[in-house]
Amino acid sequence: MTARQKLGWVIASVAFLLVGVPLLISATGRTDLYYTLTTVALLSIISGGVWLTFYIGRINIGQGAFALIGGYVSAILVTQYGVSFWLTLPLAGLFCAVVSIVIGLPILRLRGVYFAMVTLTMTEVARLSAFALPITNGAKGIVNIPLPGAVTLFGVTIIPDFATLTNPRLAFYITSVVMMVVCFAFLYRLVHSRVGKICQSLQQNEELASSIGVNITYMRILAFAVSSFLGGIGGAMFAAIAQSMYPSSFGVQDSVNFMLNCFLGGLGYVLGPMLGTFVLYFGWDLLFKTGDFQLLIYSSILIVLMLVLPNGLLSIRLPVQKRASL
Amino acid sequence: MEQVIINGLYLGAQYALIALGLTLIFALMNVLNFAHGQMYVLGGFITYVIYGQLGLPFPLAVICSGLTLAAVGSVIERFLFAPVIKRSAREESTMLLAAAVAFFLDAVILLLFGEKQRGVPKIINGVFVSDSVVMPYDRIVVGVVAMAMIVAFMLYMQYSKPGRAMRALAQDRIAAQLMGVNVDRYSTIGFALGAMLAGLVGGLLVSITGVNSGIGGSISIKAFLMVMIGGAGVVGGAIAGGFILGMMESVGLTLLRNFGDVTYLVIFALLMIFLSIRPHGLMGKPWG
Repeated sequence: MTARQKLGWVIASVAFLLVGVPLLISATGRTDLYYTLTTVALLSIISGGVWLTFYIGRINIGQGAFALIGGYVSAILVTQYGVSFWLTLPLAGLFCAVVSIVIGLPILRLRGVYFAMVTLTMTEVARLSAFALPITNGAKGIVNIPLPGAVTLFGVTIIPDFATLTNPRLAFYITSVVMMVVCFAFLYRLVHSRVGKICQSLQQNEELASSIGVNITYMRILAFAVSSFLGGIGGAMFAAIAQSMYPSSFGVQDSVNFMLNCFLGGLGYVLGPMLGTFVLYFGWDLLFKTGDFQLLIYSSILIVLMLVLPNGLLSIRLPVQKRASL
Repeated sequence: MEQVIINGLYLGAQYALIALGLTLIFALMNVLNFAHGQMYVLGGFITYVIYGQLGLPFPLAVICSGLTLAAVGSVIERFLFAPVIKRSAREESTMLLAAAVAFFLDAVILLLFGEKQRGVPKIINGVFVSDSVVMPYDRIVVGVVAMAMIVAFMLYMQYSKPGRAMRALAQDRIAAQLMGVNVDRYSTIGFALGAMLAGLVGGLLVSITGVNSGIGGSISIKAFLMVMIGGAGVVGGAIAGGFILGMMESVGLTLLRNFGDVTYLVIFALLMIFLSIRPHGLMGKPWG
C-alpha cells in the first residue's frame, strides 16, 4: 500500500466511525451499542499503552493500576477541586506518567517474567491503596461525578456541556473515538519514527543496543511513561462515563485482559490492540446469551485461537503475502 | 510471639508447596502458569467431593486430588502448551494461553461445583494448648504433612532419575537434549508434577479454610509473590519465598492489626523496594 492509499483508508474508517456508525445505530435503534463501542474505544486506548511496553520487550500486566490512578485523579480533581473535566484528562495522564517514571526507574531493570509479576502485583497495590488512602474514600468510592462541562474558547463553544445534551452517549462515543484515533495515530507515528526503531532494538537485544550508544534506561522509561499516560487518560474517561470510581473499577482481571487484547490482535502490529479489544469485548458480549456457559465458551475460543494463531489475529494475512511474493 | 512464629511456619509450609509447583513449571518450560490458583481450587473441590460428600477417607481424597490434577496438567502441557511453544514467534504467547486456561478452569469449576463456599468436616478435633501457643490439631497435621511433602519433593528432585532429568532441563534445555534427555516427556512430567502439587495443597487446605471457586486468582498472585521473593525457577527460592511470605503475613496481621487491612499493602511495598535492590529475588538466576 502506498502512503496515499493508507491515508485514504484511515480517513474513510475515521469517517465511518464518526458518521456512519451513529447513522447506522439511529437507523437500527440499538442505542445500547454506543456504550459498547465507547468502551471498546477506551479499552483499546489503554491496551495500546500495554502494547507499547510489549514493543520494548516488557510484559506489562500493571496497566489496570494506571487506569485506576487516572480515574481517581480525574474524579478527585473534578469533585473536590472543581477542575474542568477536560483539564483533568491530560492531568490524569501526566500524573500517571510521573508515577510510572518513579516506579519504572527501579522495576524497568527487571525483565521477562519478573517484570510481568511485579506489574501484576502493582495492580493489586493500586487497588489496596485505593481502599486504604483517605482521599479515595475507601470502598465507598467516589460517586456522583458531574458530566464533563462545556469548553469555550474566545466565546465560541467548542465542546458543549454534556449535561445539557439530549444524547450524552453519542457525545461520549464521539469523544472516545476521537481520542482513540489520536492515540493510535500517535502510536503509529512513534513506532515508525527513529524512537520506534530504537524501541524495537530494545525488544531484540538491550545489551547490543546499549553498546551502540542507545540510552536504554531513558528509552524504556519513555515508553513506559507513554504507556501509563494512555492508561491514565483511558481510566479518567471511564470515570467520567460511569460517573463513579471504585477501588474495584480496575483490577487484576482488567490488567490481564489488556494484555490479552494485545496478544490476540498481534504484538507486531500497531492496530493489534484495537482489533484484539474489539474482538474480545464483542465476543464476550455476544456470548452473553449462553448464560452459565459464557466463560467456558469464551475461554475455549481463546485457547483454540491461541493454538491456531499463536502470533495474533493480524498475522493471518502473512502467509498470503508470502505466496504473492513468490 | 511464639504463636506468631508457629502461625507463620504453618502458613509458610502450605505457601511453599504452592510456590514449588509454580516455580517447577516455570523452570522447565518458561511458562508463567496463571492457572496455578485455579488448579489449587480444583484440587480443593475434588477433595471436598470425595471426603466431604462421599465420606471416603481424607488421605485418599487428597491423593485423588493430586492424581486428577497431574492428569489435567499433563493433558494441558501435551495438547496446549507444547504445540504453542513450538509454533509461536514470541515466548510471551504462552502467557495468553495460560490466562485462557485459567479462565477455562474457572468456568469448569464454576459449572461443576457452583459458587458457594464449601467446607468439609474437621479431620481431627481438638486444640493443642500450651503456655504460649494455641493451635488446632488439624492445622498441626496439615502443616506437618505439607512439610513432609516439601522434603519428599526435594528428595525426588535430587536423587530420582526424572528429578535429575528435570534439573538438567531447567539448567539448559538444549544441553539436556544433547545428553539424551527426552525433553518432551520430562516437560510433561514436570508440568504434571507442578499441577499435582497445586492439587495436593488445595486438597489439604480444604479441611481448614474450605474452598471457594473465586479464590484462584488471589492464590496465583500469592504464588507469584513467593516466586519473586525467592527467585523464579529455583526450588530453594520457592521454599524460602513461601516461608518468608507466611512469616510476613503472620507478623503483619499481628503488628498492623490496629491500622486495618494494610498487611498486604505493606508486603507489596516492601517487595517493590526489595526487587529494586535485588531484581532476581533471593536465589534466582539473572534473566536475559
